[in-house]
Amino acid sequence: MTQATIVAALRGASKQYGTLRALDGVDLQVRSGEVFALLGPNGAGKTTAISHLLGLLQVDEGSATVFGQAPQLLSSRRRIGAMLQTAGVPDTLTVGELIALFRSYYPNPRTVADIAELAGVADLLKRRYGKLSGGQQRRVQFALAIAGRAEILFLDEPTTGLDIDARQTLWKTIRALVAEGCAIVLTTHYLEEAEALADRIAVLARGRIVAEGSVAQIRARVAQRRIRCVSTLDHAAIAQWPTVRSTRCEGDRIEIVADDAETVVRRLLAEDAALSELEVQRAGLAEAFVEITREAA
Amino acid sequence: MNTAAISTPASSHSSHAAYLLEAKFEFLRVLRTPSFAVPTLLFPPLFYLLFGLLLNHGNAGAAHYLFATYSVFGVMAPSLFGFGVAIAIERERGLLALKRVAPMPPGAYLLAKLAMAMLFALIIFVVLSVMAFTLGGVRLAFVQWLTIGAIALLGVMPFCALGLMIGARANASAAPAFVNLIYLPMSFLSGLWMPLSMLPHFLQQIAPLWPAYHLAQLSLMAVGQVPATAIAGHLVWLAGFSAVCFAIARRWLARSA
Repeated sequence: MTQATIVAALRGASKQYGTLRALDGVDLQVRSGEVFALLGPNGAGKTTAISHLLGLLQVDEGSATVFGQAPQLLSSRRRIGAMLQTAGVPDTLTVGELIALFRSYYPNPRTVADIAELAGVADLLKRRYGKLSGGQQRRVQFALAIAGRAEILFLDEPTTGLDIDARQTLWKTIRALVAEGCAIVLTTHYLEEAEALADRIAVLARGRIVAEGSVAQIRARVAQRRIRCVSTLDHAAIAQWPTVRSTRCEGDRIEIVADDAETVVRRLLAEDAALSELEVQRAGLAEAFVEITREAA
Repeated sequence: MNTAAISTPASSHSSHAAYLLEAKFEFLRVLRTPSFAVPTLLFPPLFYLLFGLLLNHGNAGAAHYLFATYSVFGVMAPSLFGFGVAIAIERERGLLALKRVAPMPPGAYLLAKLAMAMLFALIIFVVLSVMAFTLGGVRLAFVQWLTIGAIALLGVMPFCALGLMIGARANASAAPAFVNLIYLPMSFLSGLWMPLSMLPHFLQQIAPLWPAYHLAQLSLMAVGQVPATAIAGHLVWLAGFSAVCFAIARRWLARSA
């Protein structure tokens, strides 16, 4: 196995909309066989960044390339699959017809059975797109994205509107595609999605990349840890202890977020001998994310 | 054999299937949207019946004139609406963006819509012809029927290009209004509803500005209502108009992603 190749890249990409700088010198690289998650609050520039890699927008400065060439070229697009936020798929066509149409665009498409199974739309093939539920439509859009056996798949908020089962199925499929060597670029609001899938994460805020790395690296940028226990101590009093950021209480369960977990735990044990069910966790991506974007603001 | 298959560049992929499927599904889409198809097919014949046949009963010259001009009026509708309104909707809903990301052959989309416009134009032309023959007393040589039919079919092009331009810019809810604002006044100003000679002098003078005028002149030549001169001039004008609209639409579409 050779070293993973770079399949998509933005280099110093900038885009100006009037007075709004939607992208401000963004550098990012997506390698084959990895899930690259682009996170950020609404309006941070996630969709703009993806639109450049898809060739829907032209950078003002810098460059956007896919497989080392312009994304607009037919030879690039034949290796790209995409699930956009606004798909506009014709309501009057059936799912089977839509899949047939999108298969016809690609030189080496997957079989219909393969697509239907991967996207979980096997039971929808004869139904018209317009009659489907929002979640089912999302699955069809995913089916169209994978129809061409793409080498890089762009998923712009793919699981919005999906129920938990459908989301799990989609995650499983994404992992299977990555195992085949497909690169995935994912934007999402759901941090657990990035946490579950992503090999690398970039956090965008106001058109700039403010953090980039593995899930662990991003999380490590935040020192906070979460302490949970069952105790009779007053949580409001604990909130005043040094390095404690916040406390929460549900019945006899206390949850503490603190920078220096060791000191806080020592004091907890000292003050409440009957303390039980002690648990210490590093903060999740959600906390890291809030912290990073707050720093950037 | 295997290595040859693998090393074959992707660009050698035949896209005939994409062209055929795009056209087939465009047809199915329209068939399944009777709220578009029925009014588009009914409007020109109904208009012809009321204003071309019932109001001009008995005058053979007028009947032939109006059949020729109403056949132009008839083919304008599916071209302008099919391109202008449908593309505005598909652009706004994001289908165009999705297809531009997917490697759809760019021509497949336009050719599918052009084929639909021509099919509609053909149906409308046949209905108008039957009405002209049975109700209007229009009698033409077989070659004349064929010629005027061919003019009607090929005449969709400049209006498809104009529709494409509207669809590239207008938002979906405004597009039908835009189309009507062009379609109906242009029909009047090009002498499609009544001979130009009945219009004020100024309007007669500016008539050559409108593409429908040039197509109507060709159509009138086919039925022998005007002398067959300067055919090439009309054709060049129509081709030039189509090319300019198409070029503008392409620029706008490229920018509106």
